[in-house]
Amino acid sequence: MSALLEIEQLEVTFGGRTHRSTAAVRGASLAVERGETHCLVGESGCGKSVTALAVMNLLARGGERRARRLSFQGDDLLKLDDGGMARLRGNAMAMIFQEPMTSLNPAYTVGSQMTEVLRRHKRASQRVATDRAADLLARVGITAPGLRLGQFPHQLSGGLRQRVMIAMALMCDPQLLVADEPTTALDVTVQAQILRLLAQLQRDLGLGLLLITHDLGIVARVAHRVSVMYAGEVVESAATSELFANPCHPYTQGLLRCVPVPGKIRRDQPLGSIPGTVPRVGPGFEGCAFRERCSFADATCAHTIPRRNAGATHDYLCRLPA
Amino acid sequence: MFQFLLRRLIVALLVAATVMVLAFVLTRLSGDLATSIAGANATAADIEAIRKAYGLDRPVITQFFDWVGRAVTGDLGESYFFKARVASLIGERMPVTLTLGLTGLVIALVVSLPLGILAAVRENTGLDRFVQMVALLGQAMPSFWLGLLLMITFGLQLGWLPISGTGSWQNYVMPGVVLAFSAIPALTRLTRAGMIQAMGSDYIRTARAKGLSRASILLKHALRNAAIPVVAIAAVQLGFMLGGSIVIEQVFALHGVGFLAWESIAKNDFPVVQAVVLVLAVIYVALTMLADLMNAVLDPRLRSA
Repeated sequence: MSALLEIEQLEVTFGGRTHRSTAAVRGASLAVERGETHCLVGESGCGKSVTALAVMNLLARGGERRARRLSFQGDDLLKLDDGGMARLRGNAMAMIFQEPMTSLNPAYTVGSQMTEVLRRHKRASQRVATDRAADLLARVGITAPGLRLGQFPHQLSGGLRQRVMIAMALMCDPQLLVADEPTTALDVTVQAQILRLLAQLQRDLGLGLLLITHDLGIVARVAHRVSVMYAGEVVESAATSELFANPCHPYTQGLLRCVPVPGKIRRDQPLGSIPGTVPRVGPGFEGCAFRERCSFADATCAHTIPRRNAGATHDYLCRLPA
Repeated sequence: MFQFLLRRLIVALLVAATVMVLAFVLTRLSGDLATSIAGANATAADIEAIRKAYGLDRPVITQFFDWVGRAVTGDLGESYFFKARVASLIGERMPVTLTLGLTGLVIALVVSLPLGILAAVRENTGLDRFVQMVALLGQAMPSFWLGLLLMITFGLQLGWLPISGTGSWQNYVMPGVVLAFSAIPALTRLTRAGMIQAMGSDYIRTARAKGLSRASILLKHALRNAAIPVVAIAAVQLGFMLGGSIVIEQVFALHGVGFLAWESIAKNDFPVVQAVVLVLAVIYVALTMLADLMNAVLDPRLRSA
């Protein structure tokens, strides 16, 4: 049986195919299994969010996606027209975003925004939809759901709004939930609550969860599998324990050195950092995009890099042996 | 919400009071009223008699408060020329002006909302630029000239529409279009800008992520937010139209309040002039309040402010 979501050789470019265009995603591949939390990590601008938006076909104007394969529940998403895609979105696949403060429409009540999803996709009556919305609000830990349904977004805190977004995403019982840095904009204490909630919902509902983050602490706690992205490519992919125990790509190793681990780090030892920034990569770029920041780089890194296996479900994109 | 309304009401009353002072002062500044009423051949004794008869010999302050005192009870005085109550003169003509203004506003909205939405959806295409150019032309065209052009084309050459009078609804078509033309540019641009901003917002991305239909995304989620400034400006534009109908009523010989104002200015019938200015200003202030109210209905964030 095929995976819930399969992405093979996804490419996303912005600004047409001229010399000024930017390749935001360059041949990224990953798969999300049913009931699995798959974390997509990497620093800002590496193409994580664009990958998620490309899957949902929600790219901003000027964004163009191509892929060898992009399938959901075995169906080819590339063959779907806008209408077909819209029937899947919010229904079998849902998405929540980084900006809870602005992601809800200020002009409509929480209830109206939640119920319209069910009314649209399941042709539910207003009554059924309202009941479902209240149930889900309670489920995501909101007290007095009846009150909240009648309130407007500006009457809710950021944490509450993100809970509403999560509840709204679950209205139609999706198979896949894409969460694009859902805790970044929130207070640290609220972050932990939302994350625990997501992990719990994922387990209870058997969701396939594609969780985008740059926080390796989150990854360690919730992910079954991790894909590390750099400059639009997935440079390493492995089961979570495997990745933390045996990171093979120099970039992954660098990322892990940036995380302070209590008990393992000495007080006088400086925390690691990766010098430089992600290069802007145009079409036709060749070789390893990390080579200018990599301490292991040599002349061969400017050529096409092979993908190596470090285990049955562990691969990485580097010329160095595992 | 109650506080919001109260604040608006106080501001509205202040504006009305200011307008009363201005209307009164401006008519006095236009020269000695008794002299101009009496005409060129009047003797000094005639002028003195007129001054006494109309109470113009009293101190200006007394005249002002006398007028204000009566005006707030609805008594706007008597016309010197028509020998009739000013309030009933205006009352008789108001339906014509309101019909004209509302016709203009409806035409303006019916044209500019779809045009603005269309231009926003097709942002930076030829269609968008065409719409913007039409808006620019509309802004640059003097209304009396457009009125005359329409009259020549549809009234005289094609004979489709009457060119003057107030006999039927057809009399309101051309003047309504002319009035609408002055409001269409602003409303179209505002709709376009609001829609472009709304369509780029996070909540529209959410609406798309929810798989809503394109119609629902555009008309329910985006337009609702884009409409907030449009409603405010539309109300103000209606106020402009009522004021601007002074010219249009003259061009199309519609006997409305604008026509009355024109006649009274020409005949130095200053109680009428003062009253028309006051009534139009009060309507304008009321429309602005209505716009605020409608904004509060459309934008829940304002209700708690």
